[in-house]
Amino acid sequence: MSEQTTSTAAPVSTSGGGADLHIVDVTKRFGSFKAVDDLTLTIPAGSFFALLGPSGCGKTTTLRMVAGLEEPSAGRIVIGNEDVTHKKPYKRPVNTVFQSYALFPHLDIFENVAFGLRRSGSKDVRNEVEAMLELVELSTYARRKPTQLSGGQQQRVAVARALINKPEVLLLDEPLGALDLKLRRQMQIELKRIQTDVGITFVHVTHDQEEAMTMADTIAVMNAGQVEQMGAPMELYENPVTTFVANFLGQSNLIKGELTGKTGGDASLLVQGQRMAMPTARVHSERDEVWVGVRPEKMQISRAGTAVEGENSMAGVVTDASYIGVSTQYLVKLPWGQEVSIFSQNLSTEGPLGAGEDVVLHWNPAHTFALDASQDADAGAEKVEGDE
Amino acid sequence: MSAAPAPGAAAPADDVARSVGTKAWTPYALLSPGMLWLAIFFLIPTVMLARMSLSSGSAFAGDGTFTFSVKSLQWGNYGDAISKYVIDSPIFQKSLIYALIATVLCLAIAYPLAYTIAFKAGRWRNLLLVLVIAPFFTSFLLRTTAWSTILSDSSVVVQFMESTGMLNVLHAINTPDSWPTWTQIFPDGLTGENRVLQTPLAVILGITYNFLPFMTLPLFASLERIDIRLIEAATDLYSSAFTAFRKVTFPLSLPGVVAGTLLTFIPAAGDPVNAALLGAANDSLMGNAIDAQFKATGNYPLAASLSVMLMVVIVTMVALYVRRAGTEELV
Amino acid sequence: MTITIEERREQALAALPPHREPGFWARTNRWIRTHLVQFFAAFALLFMFLPVMIVVLFSFNVPAGRFNYNWNQFSTIAWTNVWSDDQITSAVKLSIEIALVATTVSVVLGTLIAFAIGRHNFRGRGGINLLIFMPMATPEVVMGSSLLTLFVTAQLEGSLGFGTITVAHIMFCISFVVVTVKARIAGLDSRLEQAAMDLYADERTTFMKITFPLVLPGIVAAALLAFSLSFDDFVITNFTSGQAVTFPMFVWGANTRGIPPEANVVGALMFIIALVVVLVPEVVKRVRKN
Repeated sequence: MSEQTTSTAAPVSTSGGGADLHIVDVTKRFGSFKAVDDLTLTIPAGSFFALLGPSGCGKTTTLRMVAGLEEPSAGRIVIGNEDVTHKKPYKRPVNTVFQSYALFPHLDIFENVAFGLRRSGSKDVRNEVEAMLELVELSTYARRKPTQLSGGQQQRVAVARALINKPEVLLLDEPLGALDLKLRRQMQIELKRIQTDVGITFVHVTHDQEEAMTMADTIAVMNAGQVEQMGAPMELYENPVTTFVANFLGQSNLIKGELTGKTGGDASLLVQGQRMAMPTARVHSERDEVWVGVRPEKMQISRAGTAVEGENSMAGVVTDASYIGVSTQYLVKLPWGQEVSIFSQNLSTEGPLGAGEDVVLHWNPAHTFALDASQDADAGAEKVEGDE
Repeated sequence: MSAAPAPGAAAPADDVARSVGTKAWTPYALLSPGMLWLAIFFLIPTVMLARMSLSSGSAFAGDGTFTFSVKSLQWGNYGDAISKYVIDSPIFQKSLIYALIATVLCLAIAYPLAYTIAFKAGRWRNLLLVLVIAPFFTSFLLRTTAWSTILSDSSVVVQFMESTGMLNVLHAINTPDSWPTWTQIFPDGLTGENRVLQTPLAVILGITYNFLPFMTLPLFASLERIDIRLIEAATDLYSSAFTAFRKVTFPLSLPGVVAGTLLTFIPAAGDPVNAALLGAANDSLMGNAIDAQFKATGNYPLAASLSVMLMVVIVTMVALYVRRAGTEELV
Repeated sequence: MTITIEERREQALAALPPHREPGFWARTNRWIRTHLVQFFAAFALLFMFLPVMIVVLFSFNVPAGRFNYNWNQFSTIAWTNVWSDDQITSAVKLSIEIALVATTVSVVLGTLIAFAIGRHNFRGRGGINLLIFMPMATPEVVMGSSLLTLFVTAQLEGSLGFGTITVAHIMFCISFVVVTVKARIAGLDSRLEQAAMDLYADERTTFMKITFPLVLPGIVAAALLAFSLSFDDFVITNFTSGQAVTFPMFVWGANTRGIPPEANVVGALMFIIALVVVLVPEVVKRVRKN
């Protein structure tokens, strides 16, 4: 779709910290349905990589193909120097933390964690398991059955059970989905810590953008079996290249506009008869018809008549104001009927603006991005903000 | 979650188990020994039975052998069976009616039990399930004869029924003498004036009792699968408890009701034990007739044609079920 | 014009309709209505267990006449004498032998089928399902008579006995084993097996360490069921037994001249053994948990 992968010829690291994972031209069909469509990705060794997307986007299928639980219809999967495309799951140097954990109900915690070691014929199962249980702070629970543990504890067992095998790549399939919000935040930090400690490659599948942004150092946003955009969380958020990414990762105000010229590093726009400016580097469109995008928190809201110099601006009327503590969320109706949202910090001492007030919206041109207008402006927006 | 493979027509089989390390012939290898056994000792005998029903000969007369010839199929066996067991004495109809009443009683008794185990039992669930099958472990002949004690003329149960006038009512339920012979199913009433034992009611109760687990277990299996939140949602949407049951619980448990009915009604229609142990001497059912023709008379062809008549009822009922619901829910 | 929240609250509370505790009858009525289902369930259990209790009770009776239908006198004599009756002893022995063989074979064959149906997709599913279901829905008299027809046609009339009974029992036990084990397999989360494979267990190890142990309770339940069905079968056995006398055959034969209390002892013992086998692991599990 766009800015895809970095080079597939990245140097192969075999030193302790896991191995590069290459997914090359992989397609997976279920009947006539293409779950994964000619996907190419390289996940560098030692990174915490997140596959982010709505349900049905092919992220879990991708993960299962890496784990060996699903066979690609076409393409190759390479871990380090080894082509594992058609290898059985138990012959791959990867381990998985399953969605809702899949702990063996008939085995106690110790035996659950020891399972992989026993298969690979480790000499010192006892000490290794004890050390691992120590790491996840579950030493006292070794002889309990999984059902006797809380959700957070089960989650840690699932991580321990996978991690103890020192895989080249650890796969996490919505690992925190079953936990409540508070515990989830705590586990996010915990997982990040563990990843930094052991330094192996983590591939994390999730539909929760906040979770992905908190933990991962690289995120690939997937949609309809393909990667829409890949990069560091901040890069993705600040500079989305498709409407899908702009809407799925946070919220965006997209306003129809026209690219009228580029001079040096600056581009000029015509938006509903109004001239605006933006950096050329943030134009992601071959055509002049564009969606002009601004994140809601980048827009400032002022009473009509306030002078705004050197910024892009437009007039509007407040239709709704919700005070939510850290900020106030406004809906503002623009002269041509479109509504945009603004997250405004509560810096003023006068209290929020009320519905019906005439206002002017203004923002730094450097925060503007432009996307090809042939895309659906609502792509990726079905997801309700703050889902779950 | 994302992109689960479209489930194959009626196959609950797991995609991964298949995609990893199994060959196309594996299921057939697993199936063949058991299915071969069922083919040899269920399917072929049934065919032999049909063949026997069109043969001539007797086990105790002549040289004790039977002749089957495609050119002279002995349809007369069926004529005999019908004139003897449908027209002259309504044993065939009676067996079906007894089985029908017993099935309805089974459903009425088993449903609250299965419902309680599925939804209300909590930590007692496993224990209750054990209790449902526990009576299986005492000889069913002994349990059936135990009803002779429970229903004996001087027992508390019968005394109670007599003093409340129930027996009079039940005794009055009969097929009037003026009706033709083939309708004389309860010529002397459901019970006697002052006794239950050796009356149709005792036989029906015995059948109900013996087949109760076969109704309870399929019912439980299908009730257990119902998400309790569906019932809660129904009450949340202004259904009374009864309406919620009628509109949500019962329709969802129908597979169990039907499976239980199939497992109760037809086997009950052929049961010889209850009529023999609890019924009057002259109150025999299809099971007793088949048994007697085989064992006492040696008229295998006649007995076989009676069996085939029962099989026709079974096959019809199962076929009706399969046409509506397919075969996946059967086992 | 403004009023404080406290004042508002006072006003609202004063405006509420007076609270009335439901009376005794209202509460009783409500309790009965909410527990009606359980009440009927208890009645059903009583219905199921009454005859069992009679069987156990009358194993302690000394019958006044030939028939053990009316209570006469308490005695443990039947319990102490039970194995001195040769007829009963040999009948029980034969029944146990048949049940053991029938259980073993039917559990093996039925479990294989259950795995095929529960874990694989194949052509001819419908026919297979039907062939498994039919023996459960067919009257025993029909199966017994058709088996006898088969044996007669195969000229095996002379050798009816242990072999033919066992063969017949295996046949009708298979279906019940399939149903029981398949239910357990269907309830098994396939991700557990995936997790095992992910943790370096090959297909065989996954089966031995995960699948089999998790399906085992179903197999045990199926074995118990098969054993009881076989041990208890009368109708089919009656057609296929020839001269052999199993325990139910003995009871049937004794019925006309009066079933001895020793038979009740056997019935009671079976019941107790089964309860112990099923309940002891359950109790041990609960005790361990605490």
